[in-house]
Formats: sequence, structure tokens, C-alpha cells
Amino acid sequence: MGVFVDKDTKVLVQGITGATARFHTKEMLNYGTKIVAGTSPNKGGTEVEGVPVFNTVAEAVEATGANASVIYVPAPFAADAIMEAVDAELDLVICITEHIPVMDMVKVKRYMEGKKTRLIGPNCPGVITAEECKIGIMPGYIHKKGHIGVVSRSGTLTYEAVHQLSEAGYGQTTAVGIGGDPVNGTNFIDVLKAFNEDPETEAVIMIGEIGGTAEEEAARWVKENMTKPVVGFIGGATAPPGKRMGHAGAIISGGEGTAEEKIRVMKECGITVAETPAVMGETMIKVLKEKGLAEKCKTH
Amino acid sequence: MNIHEYQAKELLREFGVKVPRGHVAYTVDEAVEAAKKLGTDVTVVKAQIHAGGRGKAGGVKVAKSLDEVRTYAEEILGKVLVTHQTGPEGKEVKRLLIEEGCDIQKEYYIGAVLDRATSRVVLMGSEEGGTEIEEVAAETPEKIFKEVIDPAVGLLPFQARRLAFNLNIPNELINEAVRFMMALYDAFVTKDCSIAEINPLVTTGDGKLYALDAKLNFDDNALYRHPDIVELRDLDEEDEREIEASKHDLSYVALDGNIGCMVNGAGLAMSTMDIIKYYGGEPANFLDVGGGATKEKVTEAFKIILSDPNVKGIFVNIFGGIMKCDVIAEGVVAATKEVGLEIPLVVRLEGTNVELGKKILNESGLNITPANSMADGAEKIVSLVK
Repeated sequence: MGVFVDKDTKVLVQGITGATARFHTKEMLNYGTKIVAGTSPNKGGTEVEGVPVFNTVAEAVEATGANASVIYVPAPFAADAIMEAVDAELDLVICITEHIPVMDMVKVKRYMEGKKTRLIGPNCPGVITAEECKIGIMPGYIHKKGHIGVVSRSGTLTYEAVHQLSEAGYGQTTAVGIGGDPVNGTNFIDVLKAFNEDPETEAVIMIGEIGGTAEEEAARWVKENMTKPVVGFIGGATAPPGKRMGHAGAIISGGEGTAEEKIRVMKECGITVAETPAVMGETMIKVLKEKGLAEKCKTH
Repeated sequence: MNIHEYQAKELLREFGVKVPRGHVAYTVDEAVEAAKKLGTDVTVVKAQIHAGGRGKAGGVKVAKSLDEVRTYAEEILGKVLVTHQTGPEGKEVKRLLIEEGCDIQKEYYIGAVLDRATSRVVLMGSEEGGTEIEEVAAETPEKIFKEVIDPAVGLLPFQARRLAFNLNIPNELINEAVRFMMALYDAFVTKDCSIAEINPLVTTGDGKLYALDAKLNFDDNALYRHPDIVELRDLDEEDEREIEASKHDLSYVALDGNIGCMVNGAGLAMSTMDIIKYYGGEPANFLDVGGGATKEKVTEAFKIILSDPNVKGIFVNIFGGIMKCDVIAEGVVAATKEVGLEIPLVVRLEGTNVELGKKILNESGLNITPANSMADGAEKIVSLVK
């Protein structure tokens, strides 16, 4: 189980002939992910790691029945790659590429209106349902199967949270990286909703960072709708205003997007916020114990 | 990326946005020459730095003669302006904008910005021109009007008209205001701006409409398709270490503390700063070496951190995913040897090939303090620099 991806997900790798994509295709195959096709314009008919390569997404979908794609295409061409996947009516598109111009993503979002495809990212580590399907660039071995859902704007902080949970014996359902860009596909609320409906997921860790108000909106949604406990963390409490902290979306501007405000709203909405990134796992375990879920969630 | 006001105005003029006539000057003589060329009774001498609040800091003066232009230019050029956006150290003025004076009737605010909630560009307007829009938003939010723009069709004339009417722009200037806003949006989209702010937009006694000030910021991710914008970059306005870091594809932001940080991943890098602070220390920088760091990149990162004289210790915090810990360890060892590290260094490694990485550090014979976790590392570096 888990959300968005599972052992039956048939994955297409867009831009499969690039060096990064080749490396990660191999890693994903090793993890057990069903990679059924790749695309690369003018490289149709070749193979990468035994995976057949097609010229277009439509062709690849028709030949292989792929229902999800992962994009490793360079930034100037990534928006086009997303729209090609949306046009081919894939259920899920995960865009790993970072540095996509914002105006390109504004167009992509407009293009996706009314279409069936879910976009995750861009500028994200991907999605992994532990021990079933890994789509992206995360280190697979830290993830253990279990009952905690993880959703995050940051890749390495996701690893940090997952690692802390696994070390303590608490496995995860799915870890979803929604990416660090100001305009992205799937947001916190979409993922929280999915975790709320997933029978395997018992609790969720939500990791945000400075910039925008997505965490506040998600916190309010949690207060109204979430039936499962949520633990949170916000990175960037010490970040100065007006400076982009690595991620394009991680910037405090016009007094908006401070960690302080996000943490305040999250707490107000019943989310237990970890004081430091080192205790995300610990905080979750404490909450599980309080709710009587610890035994159920202890997996190894 | 930021540019100067005079550059923003030149660029906006190309799109048909009405701006006052003006010339840039690097010296006092050039300033006087520029004023002569303008030939107006009133000339404005404006300091050009990448920060707002120049007027209040004494960086904008109205001159009524060429002698006054000379006096003000002498006064402002070379002066260090401290505004609410420069930080306490201020910024030295090296360029002036010499501009024709306007007979201002009323000041308005117009700005285009990305609205993250709708994933669309929003054009905002307010009758409270001259004041910071954040202040207006906090105190009188009802005075801000917004038009959300559909990227498929762009800003529509009726939207611009509605905004102009909401701002109570005089009837005879409505059409001009519409043209102004359409041109501003055109510039925003064509040049991949992240902010295009006109504050104030003014109406004048002779029935005209001008952008009296202009602030344009650009999306760094889109600069590859705007070589003309890249040319406008003023390195004097940027932190030296940040420039050096960008050359090596490292994401670095200078801060005031004394603990240098080297981390992979933006989220982890931010949180590393936070946890240093939590344990009573002060981070000297944000530094994300990225996912594909090599030995060379790690060495460069070390050099940049150490070029900050405030740094009294370094905390390396790595969660190796794709980035392998042994590569980082080799980089740290090589960099330490190359730069001759004399301050405490705490290294926390986790993730892919962590045992190999730790072994490399242990066998290097260097004075490196290992840490078992992020918290352990932060505590150790904080106590070592005290």
C-alpha cells in the first residue's frame, strides 16, 4: 500500500540516456521498481540498462502501458517534458529536475488544469513506497516498510527523518518529496489527504521550510480534516529575510514565509513540531506513544 | 538577480513603460554633464544601490541648478548609505541616476509578482504610493487591489482598466494607465522577472503618468535565456564570497556568526544553521554543496568558508544519498591538507558508504572531531569555538 506508487506502478524514465538518468535507472531497477520504458528524442530503438528507449512519451506508453514517469531532463527542456507526459495521460509525473524557470512552471500548471495527471516536484527527490517502488534519487536502503507517511519540501531532510525513524524501528509507508520550488505540482494538502485515506498510514511527518504559506494552509487543513496525528518540522528559523536559501522557494519576502509564523500556526492547529531536525523521529515516537499507536507502528 | 533603478527604467522604456528621462553618472562631472543634457529646471540626483529606502538615508536630492547638481553629486557619490535593506554596514554609492524632475500630483503603487498560492502572476495596485507595499498590506489591506493573470491569455485590458479605476486614477489618464500596466506585464513575462515594482507611479501636473521609481528582480533559473540581463549584473553589489561560490555552482549565503557550515541539500543546510543556534552558537553561512559534489568542489567550499575572517570553527554535516560519504571524506581530507586548517573541524557523516567515509577521516591523521549525529555535531562545534 502507501500512496501514489506501489509495486504495480509501471515507470517510464524521460531523458533516460543522460548520465544522471542512467545511474538512477540502475538504482531504481536494483530497488525493484518496474521500469518499463525510457524516452530520448532520436534515440528510439536503443536500450539503457535493458530498458527499451522510445522517441516520444505517447509511443512509450502505447508500447509498454507505463502509467508513471520520472523526469531527469535538463531544466531548459523540463517544462516541455512534463507537458508531454501530461498529454500522454499518465497518472503520475515526478519531476526531479531543478532550476526550471518559474514562468515555465506557471505555464505548466495552467496546461495541467482539467487534465488527469498528478505532478510531483519539480526540484524534488521523488517518491518511495518502502520496499515496493522507488522513483527518484533517494537512497533506498534507509527506508523500511511500516506505517509512517513522510512529506517534505527538502530531500536531505526527508532522508534525515526517514533514517531517524528506521533506526528507532519505525518503518514508513511512503515518503513524498514535493520539492523546493515556489510553483510545484502536488502540495502538502494533496499528500496529507492521500495519507489520511491510506489504511496503512497511521501518522505523518510533514517537513516544511521558510518561504510561501503552504505550511500554514496545510496546517489549517489538518485541523479541519486529518484523523491521524501529524508531526512537523520547519527548516530555516535562522535564515535572514530576502535571501534565497538554496531552494528557489525558500525565501522570506514581504514579512511572509518566516519559520516562526509557520511553527505558530502548525502548533495552533494541533501539529506537534519537532524542536530541532535531530529529533523529528523522537518527536514522532513520543506522539505515537501518547496516542497508543507506538506498538502498532513499531516494525522492526 | 537584481539590477539598478536606472537599468530597470531603461529596460522598461523599451517595453513602452513611461519613465522620466535620465542618465547614469559615475563621476561628479558626468552628473553635471547629464543634467546639462536634460536641460530641465529641476533635476533629481539619485543614488544607485541595490536597496530600497534610499530617500530616507539621504541618497535622493532635488537640485534646482547645475551647481546644486554638482554639490549633491559630490555629497552622494562615495557615501555609504545605510537603509533598512542594506544592513548596518550599508552600501557605498558608486553610480548616480540624474533624472528630470516631475511635478508630482499623486503617488500610486503598481507591482507584478508571482502568487505562489495560485501559481500565477498577480498585478497589485494601491493608492498608497510611496509607502512600502508590505506596510500597506499590514495596516490597510483593503487598499490593495489584485488582478490574477491567466498565463494563457496574459493581462487583459479590462483587468488593467478595473485596477486603474480601483486606484482612482483620474479618468483622463485611465487609458494611459492601462497601456502602462500592459507594458509592465509584458516586460515581466518576456524577461522572466520575479518582481517588477513601480513605487511610486505618479501622475503629474501636466497630465502625465510616470514610473518614478522602478525595481526589477529576475528569476536566476531563467537567466540562461537572457544574456542581455546578465550583462547588467553589478558585482560591486554582491558579497564576494557569494560570487566565488556561484562560480563553482555552490549555493552560499553569508551570515554574521562564527561557525562555518558545509552541508548537502538546502533543507539540511538551513536546519544545520538552526541547530547550531539552538545549541547556543551562531552560523557564519549557509552552504549547500549540492548532490553531485566532487573532491574539487568540497575543496572550493572549504576555501570560501575560510575566507571569512569571522569563522572560528567548521561543521560539516552530510547525509549521503546519492552523494557518497567516502567522496566527501576524501574532499575534506584534501581540502584540509591544502588550506592548512587551524581551527576546529567537526564532521558528521551519515548515509551511503558512511563506514568507508569515517575510515578515511580516521586514518587521515588530521585533527577532525567526528560526530555521531546532527545534534552531537552541533553541540561539539559550539563548545569548541567558545
